[in-house]
Amino acid sequence: MIAVVDYGIGNIGSVANTINKLGFKFRITGDPEIIGKSKIIILPGVGSAAAGMANLKKLNLAETITDQLRNRKPFLGICLGMQLLFDYSEEGKVECLGFIKGKVLKFKKMKKVPHIGWNRVSFKSNGFKYSQGFKANSYFYFVNSYYCEPADKSIVAGTTDYGESFASVIIRNNLLATQFHPEKSGITGLYLLNNFFKHYL
Amino acid sequence: MTEGKVVKGIKFEAFRDAGDPVELAEIYDKQGADELVFLDITATVDNRPILLDVVKRTAVKVTIPFSVGGGVRSVDDMRQILINGADKVSVNTGSVRNPELIKKCANTFGSQCVVLSLDAKKVRPKIWNVFIDGGRTDAGLNAIEWAKEAVRIGCGEILLTSIDQDGTKTGFDVELTKIISEAVSVPVIASGGGGKLSDFYDIFSKGKADAALAASLFHFNELTVLQIKDYLEKKGIEVRNET
Repeated sequence: MIAVVDYGIGNIGSVANTINKLGFKFRITGDPEIIGKSKIIILPGVGSAAAGMANLKKLNLAETITDQLRNRKPFLGICLGMQLLFDYSEEGKVECLGFIKGKVLKFKKMKKVPHIGWNRVSFKSNGFKYSQGFKANSYFYFVNSYYCEPADKSIVAGTTDYGESFASVIIRNNLLATQFHPEKSGITGLYLLNNFFKHYL
Repeated sequence: MTEGKVVKGIKFEAFRDAGDPVELAEIYDKQGADELVFLDITATVDNRPILLDVVKRTAVKVTIPFSVGGGVRSVDDMRQILINGADKVSVNTGSVRNPELIKKCANTFGSQCVVLSLDAKKVRPKIWNVFIDGGRTDAGLNAIEWAKEAVRIGCGEILLTSIDQDGTKTGFDVELTKIISEAVSVPVIASGGGGKLSDFYDIFSKGKADAALAASLFHFNELTVLQIKDYLEKKGIEVRNET
């Protein structure tokens, strides 16, 4: 079972619709026990880092998520759900979960922010694990004003250019985190999600 | 869309039936469309809520961003549309009558969810006014000033429709689109008037649009999404073309 973490933020409906299309079993839940028993955890998210962290804490989910990550539970972080894994976000100057060393920074070089739309992701060799079925420089759908800058560059599995080149995919052990929305990225996004789910289910 | 069917008019009048929205949505997704936009064009003037059932049935089918608008007057209207599976919601008449709506929706759901749908009509050379109530009423607002104000108070994207060009298939309003796109810091989707392939090249190269919307061309099988993308790619415009 896949647990989609409901922390009162973001586009849980779109994520649920997509998992349904792929035919995997899932629960939308904020219950630490169910999250603990799941085979895969998805932390979705659209919205601000400050609101996201506040909700995770209020719902006593921050600790659950960090514990599960430390235990190497297969984990997918999407957009804000990727950014919250880092130490710190410039958005609202907020301390995040601190599971990945590094910061979340605002785009500074482009006139149009948020970065809304389709953009290329160049997968690196460590990203090929989940990239069967699509080209290694395919388009994915982004909606972000901030991007992640991990201290350890070896975990970067895909990059995207928007004024600056940034880490759009991170893979570390059983964690996959994407700055884009695979659930909104057409057939390419479906492939990526299906590859990840099949790897662990 | 009106009464649950896809319709398309000319200059916001003379609408004709173009089919079932859910079926069309699936077809366009498969053809490689980058986003789907649903506008319930008579929700405001009929003074009724948007057809949530159609939104929901479409959302479960599509795999690309899905933007929905029509008759949004409150944060709760917007919430209902998002809960039913839209990724973004556009506001039009409701936000002109009450600009606070944009601010409240952006604070609640984030700017990335809030699209300003701006229907503009030329009233004098180089002057466009905002029209509301499905193009029926001149709001007496300058379109460029309203676009800037809406971005300042929180909208994250502008769907800019030229009433003069809508349904004419004689080309997008390049002049208007360029001015607005260069005046704001959010993406501008140009709409109204796309008829031939070169119109799409012009709206990106000269009009500085971030995206272009077409309706009747696709509804009545005059051009496909793929044809337009192939053409733009050959002309050196970056498009997502993976089919």
